[in-house]
Amino acid sequence: MLAKRIIPCLDVSAGRVVKGINFVELRDAGDPVEVARRYDEQGADEITFLDITASSDDRNIILHVVEQVAEQVFIPLTVGGGVRTVDDVRRLLNAGADKVSINTAAVNNPQVVADASGKVGSQCIVVAIDAKQVAPGKWEVFTHGGRNRTGLDAIEWARKVESLGAGEILLTSMDRDGTKNGFDLGLTRAVSDAVSIPVIASGGVGSLDHLADGVTQGRADAVLAASIFHFGEHTVREAKELMRARGIEVRL
Amino acid sequence: MSKVAIIDYGMGNLRSVAKAIEHVATADTVVVTADPAEVLSADRVVFPGQGAMPDCMRELDARGLRPAVLEAARNKPFLGICIGQQMLFEHSEEGNVPGLGIFKGEVRRFPAERMVAADGSRLKVPHMGWNEVWQKQAHPLWAGIDDGARFYYVHSYYVDPADPAIVAATTDYAIPFTGAVAQANIFAIQFHPEKSAHAGLQLLSNFMSWKP
Repeated sequence: MLAKRIIPCLDVSAGRVVKGINFVELRDAGDPVEVARRYDEQGADEITFLDITASSDDRNIILHVVEQVAEQVFIPLTVGGGVRTVDDVRRLLNAGADKVSINTAAVNNPQVVADASGKVGSQCIVVAIDAKQVAPGKWEVFTHGGRNRTGLDAIEWARKVESLGAGEILLTSMDRDGTKNGFDLGLTRAVSDAVSIPVIASGGVGSLDHLADGVTQGRADAVLAASIFHFGEHTVREAKELMRARGIEVRL
Repeated sequence: MSKVAIIDYGMGNLRSVAKAIEHVATADTVVVTADPAEVLSADRVVFPGQGAMPDCMRELDARGLRPAVLEAARNKPFLGICIGQQMLFEHSEEGNVPGLGIFKGEVRRFPAERMVAADGSRLKVPHMGWNEVWQKQAHPLWAGIDDGARFYYVHSYYVDPADPAIVAATTDYAIPFTGAVAQANIFAIQFHPEKSAHAGLQLLSNFMSWKP
């Protein structure tokens, strides 16, 4: 049986892993190669890097990070953050990324999803969707960390990006992100049931049970978390052991 | 000390494959090449592929690599990966294109109407993630790898060989499908050893020491 995936997510700024505390203070959390290797050893199924480099001058640094990680960590690597053009996608893939995640650029110019998947294949293109609940059973797509409304219905948008050639959806609840109250399971399930491509649940994980809930109730194909792993609260292995105990197929 | 050629016909990133082989075969020379002469002078050959099979076939021919691939597949230790496995077959449903025809059989898409899990939820396509690879024949490339070990897959099409004797492994995803085929000097796999952590590195290491 196909295993449900656990994906640690690392925020990278100017070539270093950073951890945000209450979204204000960014603390250095180490060398991306070292951190990625540690997660690989714990049994992470993939690793996602989110480039949050503020200065566009430093944007190329992520390419070097990806090159170094890809030389030493032999599991799939997804990179997102600031990806705007097909050229951006190509550069990251050539550096060693296996998938590239597109967020705001997809909203601003949906054609970039079609162009990128046409050039490099759907399997390399992840569309990241940030959604907020606006009514019971209704979620809207937001950009810029939840600040900007787009007017797009999240479920319709998920179907749209699938039809444009996205190979996977990274779905983040902006209501839950950073709360540690668990995934928005209603959103996760609604999107997962609406598309035939894999959906990664993200935003709100505060316990290992939340990860399992994302799969069992949210019907996610993969679960992504950052802080629960970064601050040493839990290892990926512990997460998998709990998921297995709850009857979920995992790679252990 | 031997030379392995990774055939580069412009489809997808071959850096990961090269790095993974360099990692396990430090004494060997790894070249990523689009030069037929380089392919023919190599001791072993890796034939990868990403994206859509019609594009892969077109780009292979655009670079004049078909004869070198066919020649290498006749006598060198030859490892097909992903689309590089699919292209060895006669024909693909993807774009309705002919393949190289080294193996008889068809490349098929996962049947949409059957992609339902036991609990009634939808099985997604592409088949993406770590799945169990069940070995169907003893083979030197399985050395040190447990039967049922998980490898990383990402694909929407799979090979359906006409000759069941070449099936080297199967994986279950709604249906049992062929994950690996083997015949004489050829071993070809749908999953990605370069992204499959220890099991994948073990398989690549086995390939680098394989003497068919």
